[in-house]
Amino acid sequence: MAIRGTNIKIEGLTHRYRSRSGVTFNRVDLESPQGEALAIIGRSGCGKSTLLHIVAGLLKASEGSIKLDGNPIDGPSPKWVMMFQAPHLFPWMTVKQNVGVGLTFGNWSRATIDSRVDEAIRLVELQDFAQSNVQDLSGGQQQRVALARSLVMEPELLLLDEPFSALDAFTRSSLQHDVRAIAKRLGFNIILVTHDIDEAVIMADRAVIMAGSPGNIVHELDVDLPDPRDRGDPQVQKLRAELMDSFQEAANYNKPKAAALAG
Amino acid sequence: MTGEANYTGGVISRFTGHPALTRFAWGVAGVGILATLWFLAGVWLESNSSTASFAAFGLIPTLEAIPELLAAGKLQAASAASGYRLGLGLLIAIVIGVPIGIVMGRVKWFQEYSNSAFQFLRMISPLSWMPLAVLVFATWNGSIIFLIAIASVWPVMFATAAGLAKIDPNWFKVARNLGATPLQMLSNVIMPAIAFDVFSGIRLALGVAWIVLVPAEYLGVTSGLGYAIEDARETLTYNHLTALVLTIGVIGYVLDSILVVLINRYSWQRGGA
Repeated sequence: MAIRGTNIKIEGLTHRYRSRSGVTFNRVDLESPQGEALAIIGRSGCGKSTLLHIVAGLLKASEGSIKLDGNPIDGPSPKWVMMFQAPHLFPWMTVKQNVGVGLTFGNWSRATIDSRVDEAIRLVELQDFAQSNVQDLSGGQQQRVALARSLVMEPELLLLDEPFSALDAFTRSSLQHDVRAIAKRLGFNIILVTHDIDEAVIMADRAVIMAGSPGNIVHELDVDLPDPRDRGDPQVQKLRAELMDSFQEAANYNKPKAAALAG
Repeated sequence: MTGEANYTGGVISRFTGHPALTRFAWGVAGVGILATLWFLAGVWLESNSSTASFAAFGLIPTLEAIPELLAAGKLQAASAASGYRLGLGLLIAIVIGVPIGIVMGRVKWFQEYSNSAFQFLRMISPLSWMPLAVLVFATWNGSIIFLIAIASVWPVMFATAAGLAKIDPNWFKVARNLGATPLQMLSNVIMPAIAFDVFSGIRLALGVAWIVLVPAEYLGVTSGLGYAIEDARETLTYNHLTALVLTIGVIGYVLDSILVVLINRYSWQRGGA
């Protein structure tokens, strides 16, 4: 699988929903170098998922720009693929068909589709289930299929929207390690949106905290730890505590303003 | 071994051992009971002096009439004429009903505007369009095909719209995310997702069309199963009449079975038709 990462540059990104009053987030600036795994942490409603949808090209920003290697994102593309909270597999298809569906949309040849799909299925270790209907798989296996469906596109950037939050703790932990390992091996970028600080520490090279209303990046922290990362490792625990403190601080980000208004 | 376990599968499965064979055996047994009742009714008609003139309605005269009708080519010709009208009427209903159903399911404002009007039109008995159809279409054939189409379009349209309503909107998001064009969205997401509902709608439409076809063929045309039944009644060849009725039942059953196979083939929801 021939993948390389990309340099991501987000400048002055602002978004407001037409149906709602107010701005979701305002003038967000963010950069991520080639091959980096970046986690965006924030409470529900701070706009982190919306930001990810805009990067995926599934939503249009009200203002600002997103550039990958200097080229603006103007819609969905196989180069930047999103993996959602739930796998959203097509239930009438087998594992193999689900994994290859994006390549079918791209009108790739049957031979290319077959070889790339087989490789992606091997990466997520689902060879024994290739011909199974996806409805026969467990939640964790289904999320692996969704991961293979993203990886088969050979994306430069994988966008993860709280992708393991619906899974049990063991499956979640295993997938967090696997996705990071695959990303590092193949060299693509990750932007992970999560409210799980452990997940950010296990998966990311750098974590940014998004808070406020309208949302913005209020803090960032390098997660400079060796792989594989173990939750019990004191270094992991230390960074986790640091990130938690920053997260708490960020949660109070608007409070002085609110207190001043109340006063 | 529990009593329930002994009961499962019943008497027939003890001999056949296979669920499909068991179902088939139960079907044959049901048809056998029906045929026996028909045979006994025929015997009763024949034995009673006041009803003896209707004895030709019985099972044996009917079965004897089938080779006669086949030899004369009447059964094939009538079935072909009716099949043509039914097929074309259903095809028109599908070609109109599926796209409108998709738009109804996808475009909320269209569904809100059209729902009452379509429900109103659906409730009009298809045969009541007959006088209008005769005025509008130059041939009786055209009128009958119109009646079949207007009777069949509603089940197809509403089943398609219901299928669309059940689609997980996230599938569209995933498909867009993976670069699907609108046409690929239709062929790779929408159609497979709603195939079960569309075929279920066609199955309902077939039932309605088959009901409308025969009375529609009583009028005007000089071909088809409905016409042949009316002709048999007028010529008092009751065994031909029942042979034609039997043919209608058999063709309808076969077409329905084909649709059940298609529904099961394209059903991704666990359980099937």
